[in-house]
Amino acid sequence: MLGPFTIVDVLFQLAGFAVLLLILKKYAFGPIMDMMEKRENHIAEQISTAEKNRQESEKYIEEQREAIKAARAEAKEIVENARKQAERTEKDIMANAEKQAERKLQEALATIKQEEEQAISALREQVSSLSVLVATKVIEKELDDKEQEKLIQETLKEVGQTV
Amino acid sequence: MEHQELVIDLFGISWLKMNVTNMITVTATLLIIFLVCFFMSRTVKMYPKGAQNALEFLVQFVRNIISSNMAWEKGKNFIMLGITILLYVFVANMLGLPFEIVTEPGHYVWWKSPTSNVYLTLTLAAMVVLLTHYYGVKMKGPKEYAKDYFRPVPFLLPFKIIEEFANTLTLGMRLFGNVFAKEVLMIMLVGLGTSGVLWGILSFAPLVVWQAFGLFIGSLQAFIFCMLTMVYMSHKVNEEH
Repeated sequence: MLGPFTIVDVLFQLAGFAVLLLILKKYAFGPIMDMMEKRENHIAEQISTAEKNRQESEKYIEEQREAIKAARAEAKEIVENARKQAERTEKDIMANAEKQAERKLQEALATIKQEEEQAISALREQVSSLSVLVATKVIEKELDDKEQEKLIQETLKEVGQTV
Repeated sequence: MEHQELVIDLFGISWLKMNVTNMITVTATLLIIFLVCFFMSRTVKMYPKGAQNALEFLVQFVRNIISSNMAWEKGKNFIMLGITILLYVFVANMLGLPFEIVTEPGHYVWWKSPTSNVYLTLTLAAMVVLLTHYYGVKMKGPKEYAKDYFRPVPFLLPFKIIEEFANTLTLGMRLFGNVFAKEVLMIMLVGLGTSGVLWGILSFAPLVVWQAFGLFIGSLQAFIFCMLTMVYMSHKVNEEH
C-alpha cells in the first residue's frame, strides 16, 4: 500500500495537472464559457428588448384606443350636426310651404273679391240701366194693369236676355 | 495475490524514484480528458447542441458548487480549477473500473486508478491547500491573511495550523481510501471469479454490483473533492463577518 515515495510521478502529476488546466482553458472551456457569457448577455438583451417592445405596443394600443374614442365622438358629433341641419332644413321647408300656401290663399281671396266687385259693379250698371229702361217704358205708355203686367213680363224677358 | 507496482530509479539516482504504473495511468487520464474535451468543444455555437450542451452542463455544475461557497465575483477565478479537478479525479477514479492490467511474472500492475495511489491523491490535496493559501494572500492581502489565524480568538492559532495539515491529509486520504478499497475488493472478486467455473458464475452478480458501486463512489468522490476544494478556498478568500 505504501511503497517508496516516488517523487517523479508526483511532480509529473502536478505538471500534467497544470498543463491540462491551461490547455482546457485555452482550447475547450475558455471558448465555451465565453460563449455562455455572450449568450447570457444576448438573452438579457433579448429580454430587455422584449420588455421595451411590450411597453411600446401597450402604449400604441392605448393610443389607438384614444384615437377610436375620439373618432367615435367625432362621428357622433357629425351625426348630431347632420340631424340638426336636417331639422333646420325641414323647418325652413315647412315655413316656406306655409308661407307660399298663405300667399296663394291670399291671392285667391283677392281674386275672388275683385271678381265679386266686378260682378257687383256690372250688376249695378245693369240694374241702373234697367231702371232707366223701366222708367222710360213707364213714362212712354201709361198702361193698364194688363198692359203693365205685359210690360213687366217683357222687361223681365229682356233682362233675362241681356244678363 | 500480491500486486506490486514497478518502481525504478530514474537515471539511476536513488532519490529520483519513478512509479511507472503511475506515469502510465496519469498520462492516460490527462490524455483522455484533453482529447474528450478538445473534440467536444470544436464547434462552439450560440445555440448549443450535443457535446457543447454536456460541457456547458459541467461548467454550470462547477459554477453551482462554487456559488454555494463564495461570492461569484471571487469564485469565477476558480472555475477552471474546479472543472479540472472534477474531471481529473472523476476520470482517474473511472480508469481502474473496467479492467486492471497485470503482467506475470512478478504481478506487476500496469493499469489501475491513479487515485488508488496515496502519493498522488496527497499531491492533489497538498496542491489544493497550497493554492488556497496562495489565493488567500493574493485576494485579501498578507495582513488579513495572517490575521485570519487569530480569529475569532487568538488561542485558536495552534488549531488553525493543525487544521491546515489535517485538511490536506483528510482530503487526500479520503479519496485514496475510497478508490483503493474499491480496487481491492474488485481484485478479490475477480480473483475469486477466475478461480473456478462455479465461483465465476456465483461472483458475477456481486462483481456487477460492486462495479456499479465503484462508479457511484468514483463520481461521488470527484464531486466531494471539488466541493471541499471550494470550501477550503472560501475559508481563505472570504472576508470575515
